[in-house]
Amino acid sequence: MDEYIVLIVSCIFVNNILLAQFLGNCPFFGTSKKMETAVGMSMAVIFVLVLAGVITWVVYNFMLVPLNLTYLRTIAFILVIASLVQFVEMFLKKSIPALYAGLGIFLPLITTNCAVFGACVINIDKEYSFMKALVASFSFAVGFGLALILFAGLRERILLARVPGPLQDTSIALVAAGIISLTFFAFRGMV
Amino acid sequence: MAKSITHEFVKGLWEEVPPFRLVLGLCPVLGVTTKMQFGIGMGLATTFVLVCANILVSVLRKVIPAKVRIACFIVIIATFVTLVELLMQAFAYPLFLQLGIFIPLIVVNCVVLGRAEAFASKNGLLPSIADGLGIGIGFTISLAALGALREILGAGTLTLWEGIELVNLVNIFPGFQPFQFMIQAPGAFVCLGLMLCFMNLAGSK
Repeated sequence: MDEYIVLIVSCIFVNNILLAQFLGNCPFFGTSKKMETAVGMSMAVIFVLVLAGVITWVVYNFMLVPLNLTYLRTIAFILVIASLVQFVEMFLKKSIPALYAGLGIFLPLITTNCAVFGACVINIDKEYSFMKALVASFSFAVGFGLALILFAGLRERILLARVPGPLQDTSIALVAAGIISLTFFAFRGMV
Repeated sequence: MAKSITHEFVKGLWEEVPPFRLVLGLCPVLGVTTKMQFGIGMGLATTFVLVCANILVSVLRKVIPAKVRIACFIVIIATFVTLVELLMQAFAYPLFLQLGIFIPLIVVNCVVLGRAEAFASKNGLLPSIADGLGIGIGFTISLAALGALREILGAGTLTLWEGIELVNLVNIFPGFQPFQFMIQAPGAFVCLGLMLCFMNLAGSK
């Protein structure tokens, strides 16, 4: 049990996928201008990352390893993720239209979100068991959401501040992200 | 025609240089630039994938149906990334270990997919090669510059390639204390933000 608690804390805070591992930074800067879009993106990532983490683990361990095809990992994973996103999109559109409308454009964007792909690869590289891969995927996604929503709140405040000309927009956003990253750095002592 | 090809090449070096002008493909930019040599290695790997993917996409652009083009592009890119992975394991193993997860991640680097979608799928073979090469070299230079800045401030050294150290501030100034913040995660964001700021300053004049 302790093992899992350490895993959850380390995936959410210490090895935060956005701020410590630098995965998924494009949506981090792209969708953090407004709180609503940030929440939408976070929900979509949690949903897809957990599914993708579990499915790629199964594909790797029960298909690629027995067939000695592990060098095809990159192609196999990206295909699994792309088709999974497509499938989830169609499924939600039919059966839960409210959720589909809420996630909107963020679902298709997830295919090229390196947080999803990266987390799947990390699960395999660290040789997690099935349960651990599930827990780690979920925790990585929660960490992604936490950092994104915090950052969106900060960026809404930056809009009101008077920023010097050349620093405006992306530049000040990067510096602000650095400061958030510094606060997450403090969690290093925990695990 | 010759003029436009040079133009496609040159635009990647300043006008549209990723990641500054196009804020795309940030993950490797932030993740691997703790040393100049990693920046160069990552940049070259990305350039290879970019050029090869542009060639294949441009050649096949009339065959690929519009509806499934993104999926086709991703498969093409993933093929070349696997190729780079295997080549690096064979010929540059230490660098491969250092860059780690960021090599397979070239698959989801938006710069590569972005160029395939925005340029190579609409243009002929030669302009596509020029575009891929230009953007790739621009990307390599950006990564190397960011890596150089972070390395010199954060560790006091400047490594061009495995074992080739250009400068070592610790030897020149015996009391030199490296500013370690720069080679850690938060320093990457702050350093890139400030570089972008200086590029805006230089561009506005």
